[in-house]
Amino acid sequence: MISILRSSALWLEDRLHITKLYAATAGHHVPASTNSWFYVFGSGTLVCLILQIVTGICLAFVYVPSADHSWTTLQYLNDQQFLGSFLRAVHYWASNFMVGIMTLHVIQVFLFGAYKYPRELTWISGCILLFCTLGMAFTGQVLRFDQDAYWGLGIGASIMGRVPVLGAQLVRFMLAGPIIGGATLTRFFSLHVFIIPGLILALVALHLRLVLTKGINEYPKPGHPVVKETYDQEYEELIHKDGVPFAPNVIGKDLLFSASVILGILVCALVFGHRGPTGPPDPTLIITAPKPDYYFLPVFAGLALLPAYTETVLLLTLPVVIIVLLVALPFISNTGEKSWRRRPFSVLLVAGTMVVLFLLAQSGLTSPWSPSMSAWSSDPIPVRYLAGRTPLEVHGAIVIQNKQCRNCHSLGGRGGLRGPMLDGVATRLTADQLVRQVIQGSGNMPAYGKNLSPAEVSAVVAFMETLRPASEPPAHDANKH
Amino acid sequence: MPETRPCNGCAATKTAAAKSETSRRSWLFKAGIALNAVAGVLFAIPLLGYVLSGLFGKNPYRTWIALGGVDAFPENNTRLATFRNPFVTAWDGATGDIPCWVRRLEGDKFQVFAINCTHLGCPVRWFQESHLFMCPCHGGVFYEDGNRASGPPPRGLFEYQNKVENGQLMINGGHLPNLSDPA
Repeated sequence: MISILRSSALWLEDRLHITKLYAATAGHHVPASTNSWFYVFGSGTLVCLILQIVTGICLAFVYVPSADHSWTTLQYLNDQQFLGSFLRAVHYWASNFMVGIMTLHVIQVFLFGAYKYPRELTWISGCILLFCTLGMAFTGQVLRFDQDAYWGLGIGASIMGRVPVLGAQLVRFMLAGPIIGGATLTRFFSLHVFIIPGLILALVALHLRLVLTKGINEYPKPGHPVVKETYDQEYEELIHKDGVPFAPNVIGKDLLFSASVILGILVCALVFGHRGPTGPPDPTLIITAPKPDYYFLPVFAGLALLPAYTETVLLLTLPVVIIVLLVALPFISNTGEKSWRRRPFSVLLVAGTMVVLFLLAQSGLTSPWSPSMSAWSSDPIPVRYLAGRTPLEVHGAIVIQNKQCRNCHSLGGRGGLRGPMLDGVATRLTADQLVRQVIQGSGNMPAYGKNLSPAEVSAVVAFMETLRPASEPPAHDANKH
Repeated sequence: MPETRPCNGCAATKTAAAKSETSRRSWLFKAGIALNAVAGVLFAIPLLGYVLSGLFGKNPYRTWIALGGVDAFPENNTRLATFRNPFVTAWDGATGDIPCWVRRLEGDKFQVFAINCTHLGCPVRWFQESHLFMCPCHGGVFYEDGNRASGPPPRGLFEYQNKVENGQLMINGGHLPNLSDPA
C-alpha cells in the first residue's frame, strides 16, 4: 500500500515538479521580520474572495437574473431552499468582511511603505483589486434586485446623466436600454459573475506573482530609508542572512487569522442573517427612500451634505482624482522612509480619512437631511405646545401640521431634521422675520407664499411666536432698537 | 534546440540556406501577426456593434403613450398615473410600469411630470395640502407647476410633452429622464 502511494507520489512529482513549485511559491524565503500579525490581512482578503466564489456559485444555482423573477428567487432562497437563507447570509457577510479586511490591508501596506520601490506594480495591482472589489459590492447590491436596488440604479443613472456631452449615452449604456429593467439586471449580472471576478482572479495572480518576484516588504525599521541604488542588494542579503521559508515558518499567523475570518463570517451569518430583499422592484411603489449598503454610506452622505453647486464637479472629478492619486502614489513617493514612525503626515492622512469616512457613514445611517415624509400625519404636536393657546394660535398649529411643515421641522423631538427644529423658534426669529421666511422660503425651504392664504400665514406665525421657553426673551430685530 | 543536420556542401551554401530559412520564418511570423490583427478587427467590429447598439444617434426610445381618459384626472388636481413603458422585454416584469404625476389645470390643459427627482432620480411625492412635491432622499422640493422650490435639485421636474387625442391623455416618453436626456 505504502509503496503504491510512494510510487504515485513520485510519478506525480516527475510529471508536475511539485517540489520545485512548492519551493518557488509557498516555500519561498521571506524576511523573518514579516512573521507579524500586521502581515495577515492580504491572505485574509483572499480567504473572503474564495468564500465569495464558492457561495456565489451556489447562489447562482438558484438565482435567476430576470427583472421579472429575481426578486421571487431571492424569496425562494430565503424561505424555501434548504440553507438558502444561510448561504445568502454568508455571501453578504463575507462581502462585508472582505471590504473591511481589504481596507486594513491597504492601510497596513500604506503605513509600512510597502508601495515604494520596487513594489510599485504590486501596489497598483492592489489598487485595481480594491476598485474591483468595490465594483463587486455595488453590482452585488443591484443583484439583490429590490426597491433599494431599483432606485439605487436610478441614482447611478442620474449621476451618469450629469456627465457633459456623453451623458445620455452613458445612461443608456449603464441601463442597457431606455429604462431600468431586465437588460439592466443582466448587464450587472454579467459584471458581477463574469467580468469583474475574471479581472479579480487575473489581478490576484499578478499581485501574488509580484509578491514572489519582488519579495514581501520587510518590516520597516525607522531610519532605514529606501535607496533605489542599494535596495535590491540589501533585500537579497536580508533574505540570505535572515530569510525563512514562508511555509511553514511564517504561514501560521495567516492560517490562524484566516480561520478566524471564516468563523467570524459564519457567526455573523448565523446571528445577523441575510440582508433583504426589501420591497419588490416595482417603480409604481413610490413610498420608498433608498439607502445603500454600508460601504457606500459615506458617498451617500457626502452627496447630501455637499453644497448643491459643487455636486456635479465633485461627483465627476473626485473619483478620478482619488483613483489617479492612489495609482500614482508609488511614483509620488518612490523612495525614502518606510516606517510609519517617521511619517507623521501619512499617519495623519490615514486617521483623517478614516474619521471622515466613519462620520459620513454614521450620518448616512440616520440621514438627518432626508425629510420625514410621514411626520405631518403621524407625529402629533405635543399637547403642552397647545395648552392655553388662543384659537388663532391653535389654528396656526393645525396649518403647520397640515401643510407638511413637520416633514422637515421637528417639534418636541419628533419630525424631520431637514430644517431647524421649531422649538424655541421665537427666540431666534421675530414675527416679521417668520412671515418673510414662511412666504419667501430660502435655501432648503420652499416659499409657501403661493400655498398659504394671508390668514394662514398670520396663524402660523402667531403659533410660532409662542414657541419659546418662558425663561427666554423673544427674538428682537437688531435693526430696530 | 540546435539543428544537427548533416552538411554535405561548403560553408557558403549552408549560411545561405540558414538565411533563407530565417527570412522565411520571419515572414511567416509577420504574416501570422498581420492575419490575426485582421481577424481580431473583424471579430471586434460586430462585438462592439452588439455592445454599443442603440447608444448613438437620436434617442430611439421616444413615442406617444396613452395615460387614460382625461376624465380620470379632475381639474385643479395632481394625480399619480402609471403607464406600461412601450420599450420593454417579456422579462421586464413590474420594472416596465412607470409612474408619473399628472396635473390637470383645466379642460385639456395638462402638465405631466416624471416621477424622478432631478437631483438623483428618487421618486418625488405630491402633497395636496401644501401643493408641493417633496423628495424623500435629500429633501428636494418642487412647486405644483414643477418648478424647483428648494433643496439640492439643479432644475425643475422633468416634464413630458402631452396632448389630448380622442379624450385620451397622451405623453411623449419611453426612457428614464435624466439631466442629459430630459423627458
